[in-house]
Amino acid sequence: MSGTFVGMPAFPVAAHEAVHDSTLRGNLRHATRTIRAKRAKAVAEVSDWAALREAGKQIKDHTLRHLDRYLVQLEESVTAAGGIVHWAADAAEANRIVTELVKMTGETEVVKVKSMATQEIGLNEALETAGIHAYETDLAELIVQLGKDRPSHILVPAIHRNRGEIRDIFVREMGEWGRPAPEGLTDTPAELAEAARLHLREKFLRAKVGVSGANFMVAETGTLVVVESEGNGRMCLTLPETLISVVGIEKIVPRWQDLEVFLQTLPRSSTAERMNPYTSMWTGTRDGTAGEGDGPETFHLVLLDNGRTDTLADEVGRQALRCIRCSACLNVCPVYERAGGHAYGSVYPGPIGAILSPQLRGTGSEIDASLPYASSLCGACYEVCPVAIDIPEVLVHLRERIAEGGPATRDGNRVVLKPARGHAAERAAMRAARWAFSHPGALRGGQRLASRTRRFHPRTLPGPGRAWSGTRDLPEVPAESFRDWWQRTSGGKDVTK
Amino acid sequence: MSSRDLILGRVRRATADVRDDGTPYETAVDRSYLREHGDRTEAGTVELLAENLADYRAVVHRCAADALPATLAGLLAARGSDTVVVPEGLDESWLAESGVTRIADRKTATAHELDAVDTVVTACAVAVAETGTIVLDASPDQGRRRITLVPDHHICVVRVPSQVVSSVPQALERLDPARPLTWISGPSATSDIELDRVEGVHGPRTLEVVLVDDVP
Repeated sequence: MSGTFVGMPAFPVAAHEAVHDSTLRGNLRHATRTIRAKRAKAVAEVSDWAALREAGKQIKDHTLRHLDRYLVQLEESVTAAGGIVHWAADAAEANRIVTELVKMTGETEVVKVKSMATQEIGLNEALETAGIHAYETDLAELIVQLGKDRPSHILVPAIHRNRGEIRDIFVREMGEWGRPAPEGLTDTPAELAEAARLHLREKFLRAKVGVSGANFMVAETGTLVVVESEGNGRMCLTLPETLISVVGIEKIVPRWQDLEVFLQTLPRSSTAERMNPYTSMWTGTRDGTAGEGDGPETFHLVLLDNGRTDTLADEVGRQALRCIRCSACLNVCPVYERAGGHAYGSVYPGPIGAILSPQLRGTGSEIDASLPYASSLCGACYEVCPVAIDIPEVLVHLRERIAEGGPATRDGNRVVLKPARGHAAERAAMRAARWAFSHPGALRGGQRLASRTRRFHPRTLPGPGRAWSGTRDLPEVPAESFRDWWQRTSGGKDVTK
Repeated sequence: MSSRDLILGRVRRATADVRDDGTPYETAVDRSYLREHGDRTEAGTVELLAENLADYRAVVHRCAADALPATLAGLLAARGSDTVVVPEGLDESWLAESGVTRIADRKTATAHELDAVDTVVTACAVAVAETGTIVLDASPDQGRRRITLVPDHHICVVRVPSQVVSSVPQALERLDPARPLTWISGPSATSDIELDRVEGVHGPRTLEVVLVDDVP
């Protein structure tokens, strides 16, 4: 990934362009509608979906409650199996650790399996600064990397590109990074996938260092799980001599048995399949067990905080850490469908991004303060979430925090946030409304005045209200208020009056 | 203070309001989800496995125990395979009728050498009917993980019904987490281009599964 999200404008500004990009909207509309229908079908096949969803929620909640215990247990079991565990409090530290580990091998190239955590911390850029080339091997990440672009979706990061654009990127850029695209490459997905296969194969076969994330880490056994479709994960996890996995601390599950829930809910929610093509599970290294010479000799696990403990401290917001990164919420969101992922200014876009990014990064920046408002609160995301994250609840909670300020945790410290700028008019309006509702005489007088002057009301509100009324119709004020009508007609009985 | 202590300290402070709920793991989760879906006979479960494997584009064959060597020979001949990489512990008789050059799965084999091989033949650890999945656990009759990754053609032999379970929970019960596990559900695929599913990226583009009856 060569762009960064630092300094992104607020969501409405960022989305404005995207909304007018008809190619992008066409791509997103087609893609999200297709997967939505498939997901519904895959879920309908499973008669105990509601029970699985509830179990997934409970497993994650229990784990988060006792996260310190499970982290310690995981460290023990990974170490006992020959792995080496590192702890990274923030992105900078994680990048330092990984860079050092790669330097220790003497290699200047690494192959990467798609990992949102490594995107989050900007690992590729950090490695590049240290003279180490990180080659993305996931097809979509490859497209993003070659196109010098940013990911726009959790599962299919290049969804904002159609096949024609992908073909152009391959033809233009593949030669710079390795084997060039074949002559006369067309834009059929099959040929594009074949071009990626050939381009990447030589990298896989010679790579000595692989970098990955993980979908799950089992505390009891020290097992890591990577769920994928293409086979690039298997390539990066088994062929290199050294494997470095960067994983968020919230990806832990307590026991081996717990995988039985998520291995059913994740594939059906994400790619809408009964099971994804390849799932790899490994524990430490293969030292001392039968059949050595199978997989990396050295395995490093880098546990990443980077705002997760801040999120954990928030009673309402912590449920966002249940997320298993399926992206079902993105595919169902009417806002995401129209604005695309880049407008969210984060590697985590869509509904989950709107609650996770402002908690991981804090609400200080323009974009993060606007993300909880990037929603119509329709709740479709909550319905499809396989771990029952009540995203609307967290969105409203974050809106409160932004508009009114209040307690939060930043970098492990309790702070009190000031109300964000740009909400003063909202607060004034709410105060006025509260006053009016607690003074019935004033309310009645105000309603009568509004009725009498209704012909003079403007279509849009002045000043700070203009943006609000710019996308809404102001309500029509009736000739008399309901209460006056009720009184006048004795409860609607005497309608001739 | 190490980062480890820093992070653990932050976690403890963050969860101060909920950590002492006294609910042990055993009772914290309601496990009323199903152990398996549907009510089938053993034969029905094997049928379901065959259907789901085929649905995700594996090529499925069935044969009796004594017909396995001939079946494998036929598949290799149809593919035109000359070289086959063979796990150290694969049953010798399986390839007895195939006139191919056997390449042993060795510790020192390189990925480039594997790239030149036509086919890999393995057994499996368990097969999951509901999802059309075969799971390999690097046992001697399945070999190192890379031998089923680099060659373009993988033939996997599943003994039915003994190696077949209905569901994911049942499969996890049979598998050993200490072993490296590879769950395979069809040949490799991607939906990254316009969410249009395309088969055959990395990993074998052709997966053939032979369901062989258990030796009676």
